[in-house]
Amino acid sequence: MSRETEMRRNARDGGSQAETLQRWGMLLGGGALTVYALTRRRPGIALAAAGGLLAYRGATLGTTKFRARASFAINCEPETAFRMWRGLENLPIFMRHLESVRERGDGRSEWTAIGPMGKRLRWNAEITEDRENEFLAWRSTQDSDFQNWGSVEFRRAPGNRGTIVTAEMEYAPPGGALGKVAAAIFGKDPEFTMREDLRRFKALLEMREIPTTEGQPHGPRSAVMSAVHAVYPERRKPTEYSAGERVAAQRRAS
Amino acid sequence: MKAVCWMGTEKMSVETVPDPKILNPRDAIVRITSTCICGSDLHLYNGFMPTMEQGDITGHEFMGEVMEVGSGVDQGKLRVGDRVVVPFTIACGNCFFCQKQLWSLCDNTNPNAWIAEKMMGYSPSGLFGYTHMMGGYAGGQAQYARVPCADVGPLKIPEGLPDEKVVFLSDIFPTGYMGAENCNIQQGDTVAIWGCGPVAQFAIRSAFMLGAERVIAIDRVPERLQMARDGGAETINFEETDVVDFLQETTGNRGPDSCLDAVGMEASGHSLFFATDRAKQALRIKMDRAEVLRQCIRACRKGGTVSVPGVYGGFIDNIPFGAAMNKGLTFKMGQTHMMRYMRPLLERIERGDIDPSFVISHRVPIDRAPEMYRIFRDKEERCTKVVLDPWAEGARAA
Repeated sequence: MSRETEMRRNARDGGSQAETLQRWGMLLGGGALTVYALTRRRPGIALAAAGGLLAYRGATLGTTKFRARASFAINCEPETAFRMWRGLENLPIFMRHLESVRERGDGRSEWTAIGPMGKRLRWNAEITEDRENEFLAWRSTQDSDFQNWGSVEFRRAPGNRGTIVTAEMEYAPPGGALGKVAAAIFGKDPEFTMREDLRRFKALLEMREIPTTEGQPHGPRSAVMSAVHAVYPERRKPTEYSAGERVAAQRRAS
Repeated sequence: MKAVCWMGTEKMSVETVPDPKILNPRDAIVRITSTCICGSDLHLYNGFMPTMEQGDITGHEFMGEVMEVGSGVDQGKLRVGDRVVVPFTIACGNCFFCQKQLWSLCDNTNPNAWIAEKMMGYSPSGLFGYTHMMGGYAGGQAQYARVPCADVGPLKIPEGLPDEKVVFLSDIFPTGYMGAENCNIQQGDTVAIWGCGPVAQFAIRSAFMLGAERVIAIDRVPERLQMARDGGAETINFEETDVVDFLQETTGNRGPDSCLDAVGMEASGHSLFFATDRAKQALRIKMDRAEVLRQCIRACRKGGTVSVPGVYGGFIDNIPFGAAMNKGLTFKMGQTHMMRYMRPLLERIERGDIDPSFVISHRVPIDRAPEMYRIFRDKEERCTKVVLDPWAEGARAA
């Protein structure tokens, strides 16, 4: 991570200093309590357990934010990659969890993510930084139920070998039913999701389409694998084909 | 359509499956006129390649006629009605690797790249009919195939050249040629080639094309050794002769300038290491038997080159890496960068320098594919290369 993005993240996380303090307080206090409980003449199991719990809570406090980061070298000019990403309405082409992004024209946009069984999660976002061909950052607006942050950096690779695109995302899972939807959408491994999104972005720019085998013929699958395929259905979106067509048409025109 | 499907270890079956459709704008659909069984398909047949799934359509050496092209295919490069040979590697044409002509390392054509990354760090290109780790693309032992990035791979074949002369441009001829090229042959060199299967046969002939003075080929199957001698090689039967001793002696204790492993992960041999390889493979502790690679490293002269076109899938052990390091060996390997070699080798065929059809031993209808896998694996019926006709009727109409 460049120092710049690191600083930006810290700025964005304003107020987290208090959180850190609280966390260390709980961790150290809980730990000390446990040590005391176990080392006094008559060890107090309940007290030790309470101390342990406090320390554990401290250790896990503030880590419930999900963060993901991925980076790919793409064989194109930074301008080309930036333009594709800056058209936020393009994002759902390669970000499978997004159903749509609608730009409102004032730097604000409406995002809809779609999860299993068609459950949707909506939020509004605003661009917080927009440096042409270099960097783009956005965050959900205060009125959104689902708080999230994203940024993407476009850096010319050493030796002029294309562009290194680094994307970051972070979200605070909301409570209740909304939290469950968010968890289902972003998965247990948001970093994997982000990596695959970015890989599709790269394919779209280089290959001019997104590679797939979904829909090809095959012989009879085993019962086990049929069940697996039923639980994890194919996830290619119809727009992935038309996106390829659009990119091909743009290339032909230019 | 009819398609050969992998249904489990040593279980191949011809199934009726839906015809392939265009799935991406740069796809084409090819009506297959000839398709082959490759030695590397036997690794699938024997169950040594991970990430195969029951029902997968196999086959990566095929040619045919273009029936349909997607809207993204450059019409200047490929049109309906073209007769084409399809390379077994799939390449996008625009990534860092494609632009460096490292076509088999294309960054974009493997939709399951993350699986390959877990195992290898980075993913090579997608391949036809060769495990889900390598893309999971339906293969070409079928009546039709979907060919992605069809404006990069398929090579148009001029009229007048029969299928059997050009179909091996899909894999084994370029693979043998690149294996020989990777030997870094200088005029007057001696090249030792392990294995006398079809890839090795092309490697033998390519080594001479590239200036080798002497080619020594190693196998134990009489008809394959004969075919190697027909190609100008001297031969060693490893059942009768200690290969490394012989190579040391015949080169005046210098060793061959290059050693080529055209065998790969299912090598046979007699050493103690071979026995442990075999045992571990049987127990599924590891996948690959590396006896040939060990011999290559020991036999190779100081400062020589080891070239590996033979397929490996995973891990190997007891590799004499100290010998490799201290003798200053160079290793060159990889899946074939097909698009680099197909056109120049087609020109050699057109000029009459070589007629690749010499490797064919069996021409059979596709319905006989399952039994031909076994016959080819067991080297029965003097089988060296099987070409399948997807459209011939009747299982016994050979």
